[in-house]
Amino acid sequence: MHLSTSRAFLKRLFRRRLVLFAAIVLVVIVLAAIFAPLIAPYSPTSMRVTQRLRPPSAMNWLGTDEFGRDVLTRVMYGGRASLGIGMAVVFASMAAGTTLGLLSGYYRALDGIIMRFVDAMMSLPDILLAIFLLAVLGQSAANVVLALAIVYTPRVTRVVRGSTLVVRELPFVEAARTIGVSTRRILTVHILLNVASPIMVQATFIFAYAVLAEAGLSFLGTGAPPEVPTWGTMIASGQQYTDRAVWLVLFPGIAIVLSALCLQLLGDGLRDMLDPKLRKAL
Amino acid sequence: MLWMIARRFIGMILVMFIVATMVFFLTRLAPGDPASLMLGDQATADDIDRLRKVYGLDRPIVVQYVLWLGEVARGNLGQSIYLQRSVLQAIFERTEPTFFLALFSISIASAIGIPSGIVSAVWRGSRFDQVVSGGAMLAASIPSFWLGLLFIQFFAVHLRWLPVAGYGAPDATMIERLFHLILPASVLGIVNSALITRFTRASMLDVLSEDHVRTARAKGLSEVRVVLRHGLGNALVPIITVVGLTAALLVGGAIVTETVFGLPGIGNLVVSAVLRRDYPVIQGALIVIAGIYVLINFAIDVLYTIVDPRVTT
Repeated sequence: MHLSTSRAFLKRLFRRRLVLFAAIVLVVIVLAAIFAPLIAPYSPTSMRVTQRLRPPSAMNWLGTDEFGRDVLTRVMYGGRASLGIGMAVVFASMAAGTTLGLLSGYYRALDGIIMRFVDAMMSLPDILLAIFLLAVLGQSAANVVLALAIVYTPRVTRVVRGSTLVVRELPFVEAARTIGVSTRRILTVHILLNVASPIMVQATFIFAYAVLAEAGLSFLGTGAPPEVPTWGTMIASGQQYTDRAVWLVLFPGIAIVLSALCLQLLGDGLRDMLDPKLRKAL
Repeated sequence: MLWMIARRFIGMILVMFIVATMVFFLTRLAPGDPASLMLGDQATADDIDRLRKVYGLDRPIVVQYVLWLGEVARGNLGQSIYLQRSVLQAIFERTEPTFFLALFSISIASAIGIPSGIVSAVWRGSRFDQVVSGGAMLAASIPSFWLGLLFIQFFAVHLRWLPVAGYGAPDATMIERLFHLILPASVLGIVNSALITRFTRASMLDVLSEDHVRTARAKGLSEVRVVLRHGLGNALVPIITVVGLTAALLVGGAIVTETVFGLPGIGNLVVSAVLRRDYPVIQGALIVIAGIYVLINFAIDVLYTIVDPRVTT
């Protein structure tokens, strides 16, 4: 995108102050995760048994855990895995879902079979399908990404297929076909660019769902292995101390809520701006 | 109309067939041989071979698949490896808490979502609308297990109003059991109210801008009557859809909440089956859960065609 158009784009997006606020909070969370090794006050693994389960204080802003580790530091490091997994899920499900959606929307012959598979996968609750896939694939952070990507691909497929069905009937696609543009180019340039906005909106929502789902999987013990600090595993290991040290559960949870909320606000803002017709819909 | 229903029915069977096929082949990809898993570490190679024969695991996988599909079609989901009973029985024993939890949760979610969605649509753009929209988005951002842990801490441990977890003693009365569902149902009700609120608001906005609503106002009907009868009356079908499908997803999707609150429901059964690699139970539960969703979806489609003749065309 050209610099001036991207500036105009952001200006329009941030006209709603709440969207701007969400974007700022999100950027802060992401930066804190990326630069955790530089800015975190302590090491995420250094244990100080004398400082176990201390409430929030000037020394440890968010308190300490059952091994005396600093909770703020761990929340910052936890964001790396939680947001990283979410991001990877977004890219993988967007790639797969966009391809399937384009094919399904453009080739009528493929539509039936692809959409039946989509229906079949969407008849199972997200978290259940993810748990099942992880049982099959084996437990690791990479497989959490793979499982969640498979879970969210049908959603993207549906959205892209719907938009493709509309765009393929537009005059400029017909014009392109008439002058002999290859099908591949029609799909990847003419149609893809015109279904990009719903894909972008969907991406922010799936990011939010993926962060929530990853936390749920870690909590159940079927997600990332416990030694990988994610917000979900922090809540899972903190839950037995809730009566004495509620901050162990409270703060990673707030990090999840804030991230998911900001992502959804941003997605909402994008949708309002990119497609005024969709404004009222989900 | 009958043709439409028949087509939906065939579609439903097809989807269930795909679910069953997917579940079967994916399970076979999983690490570990089912026979050696069933017998444990002490088994000899001979024992394992014998059991593989008994269960037909020595046959080609396509043959196994066809035989298995035949059994599933007849309603036989096989035997649990660990629970010493049929998969169907294991699921059936866990149905009660899950059913009541889904029912309570969806009632709470609807009680929050439908009225606030209606008022938001009527007062579109007002402060109330903004608060409701923000609240719905917040609710959709809360992990249910986290809210569950905080609720347990506050309402059960701190205030001691409600039980911490479980589903009461085995001989507990129905009232005692339902008492155990108040906290988990509130958590799921709040989290799931988001979708219902947004959906109600969107469909009310659609209907309220239609001509017949303007006519109703022009006739001099009271605003309440216009909104409830002419507005909600027509927006109800999509709202019922989202309520129905959310309830269906709660049957297998309340896994995390069931785990936090130690409820012996279907979700809990699946998690322990996954942790123990009890594949027949995992397969069976997935088929039953998908079946419930697909059936409710089918029922809603049929309802549509009956209520709104335009759908058929």
